Amino acid sequence: MAELRAYAALLGGQWRSMMAYRASFVVEMITNIGGTALDVLAVLVIFRATPTIAGFTLPEAVLMVSLSSCAFNLADFVVGNIDRLTSYVRTGMLDTVLIRPLGALGQLVFMDLPLRKALRLALAVVVLVVALGLNDIDWTPARVTLAFVVPVAGAVFFAAIFVLSASLAFWWVDSGQLGNAFTYGGRDFTSYPVPVYAGWFRAVFAYGLGFAFVSYQPALALLGRADPLGLPGWTGYVSPLVALAVAGIAALVWRSGIRHYRSTGS
Amino acid sequence: MTVIRMDGLRKDFTVRVRAGRLRRTKRTVAAVDGIDLRIERGEMVGYIGPNGAGKSTTLKMLTGVLTPSAGTVSVCGLTPVPQRTRLALRIGVVFGQRSQLWWDLPLRESFSLLRHIYRVPAQEHAARLRRCVGLLDLDGFLDTPVRQLSLGQRMRGDLTAALLHGPEVLFLDEPTIGLDVVSKQAVRSFLAELGATGDVTLVLTTHDLADIERLCRRLVVIDHGRVVHDGTIEALHTRYGSRRRLVVDLDAPLPSGFTVDGATLVSLEADGHRASFDLLSDEAGPVVARLAALSSLRDLSLVEPDIEDVVARLYAS
Repeated sequence: MAELRAYAALLGGQWRSMMAYRASFVVEMITNIGGTALDVLAVLVIFRATPTIAGFTLPEAVLMVSLSSCAFNLADFVVGNIDRLTSYVRTGMLDTVLIRPLGALGQLVFMDLPLRKALRLALAVVVLVVALGLNDIDWTPARVTLAFVVPVAGAVFFAAIFVLSASLAFWWVDSGQLGNAFTYGGRDFTSYPVPVYAGWFRAVFAYGLGFAFVSYQPALALLGRADPLGLPGWTGYVSPLVALAVAGIAALVWRSGIRHYRSTGS
Repeated sequence: MTVIRMDGLRKDFTVRVRAGRLRRTKRTVAAVDGIDLRIERGEMVGYIGPNGAGKSTTLKMLTGVLTPSAGTVSVCGLTPVPQRTRLALRIGVVFGQRSQLWWDLPLRESFSLLRHIYRVPAQEHAARLRRCVGLLDLDGFLDTPVRQLSLGQRMRGDLTAALLHGPEVLFLDEPTIGLDVVSKQAVRSFLAELGATGDVTLVLTTHDLADIERLCRRLVVIDHGRVVHDGTIEALHTRYGSRRRLVVDLDAPLPSGFTVDGATLVSLEADGHRASFDLLSDEAGPVVARLAALSSLRDLSLVEPDIEDVVARLYAS
């Protein structure tokens, strides 16, 4: 409880720091909405050229992109700024984080929570609600639960990917933007039905790394459609487990990374 | 009571060295190479060494920032890395080169955020803050955003920030670096006052030996990751044979080839009218008497050994 108050204090400090630059906050908040809008627009544009993608109609595809967008934006809102870890590690600023009586990951999250991305997240939720309405879904209790759980599970999944890719900095200080291939790359991957990809790329990203369980498999379960790639129906319900597994790996890698931290000369 | 113990403490870093155009070879460098040290409660210890000797690395292992490669370390009975957050509540740390204050917020707000982070009761916090504000003269800039503070003001703010939770041990990494004379004095007398209570154990690294002379009874010198001296400043002088110097101005020039028991001639200036001797023992009397017998003395002075010289010699050896 006391720890929660401590994190709340960090968040408050960050809010007041941002309020020192009020105008820039407002501008960034508004421009950030564009991000979500573009994800959805990209899908709409493709459907101008073709009536179906890999056998999926426009509303079905919008459901997938909105599940992905909700999950990604929630994760991006909470831990998206963790990629600043690279600069904390490179400059040795992580020292000042490690001398405080709080977990390092929690501190980094609350010191840098990108409040300007709040509107973007709100828009993603609205799009998801619209997408659920556009599709003719046979609402069972299981599907209702799924509709709430999947965006959160997906967010945990993306958050874990964010932490994993940021952790690279502990071993490889100039890891730079490499991690983005998996975070932003993962968002783009999950915006489309998995059958549009092929070969080893599909095998690695969809099943090896588990991105299929962020939006594609759950969307199939919501729609009551069989997987054209042949995976059984229950795979639409396992995204929380996949997310927890990846989060577990991320936690281990992070812990090990903190122990590998080398600081800088001073 | 022993507050800090280090046994065979080591920290190795692997560095990649360019060997040829693309090939790189790995090399292991010991930044800290087996340090054994005990520090008792209430001690004020100066930790010095040349750049790259391993001072900061040791401090970072003591505070739980870096994981030791080998050996054991305990601070306040805790193991720094696994018990980092518990330890953090009991120690205060100031990295002279890195501020832990909120850059865009007034100093006062940083302090109140730290109160929540360290979960300090409001009354205790207020009392400690009042004391620091008084001793470090913070009144004039408590409401100024940290980014607008001068280096000296910021350092005083950082010192206060490290003390608001009432730490048992205070680690200071170069607390006077880059400060002007007045700020240095302010920081030193504040730390002296703090140490005088005997409750707080203080470990500080510095390049400014005046910090040590002013504050620390005990001096630990490390070089290449090893302790090369541990004791008082006087002990350092004795051990490294620093000598008091006798400078005399004579009426008649000193004859060339002059020798005297108990001192060695180091320089002869002003056509032999001014001579400097290193005294080999504590007694200057016999040497002065011998010189006075030779010629009447116009002036005479004794120069105490300079700690900087001793340390410079120590680093060079």
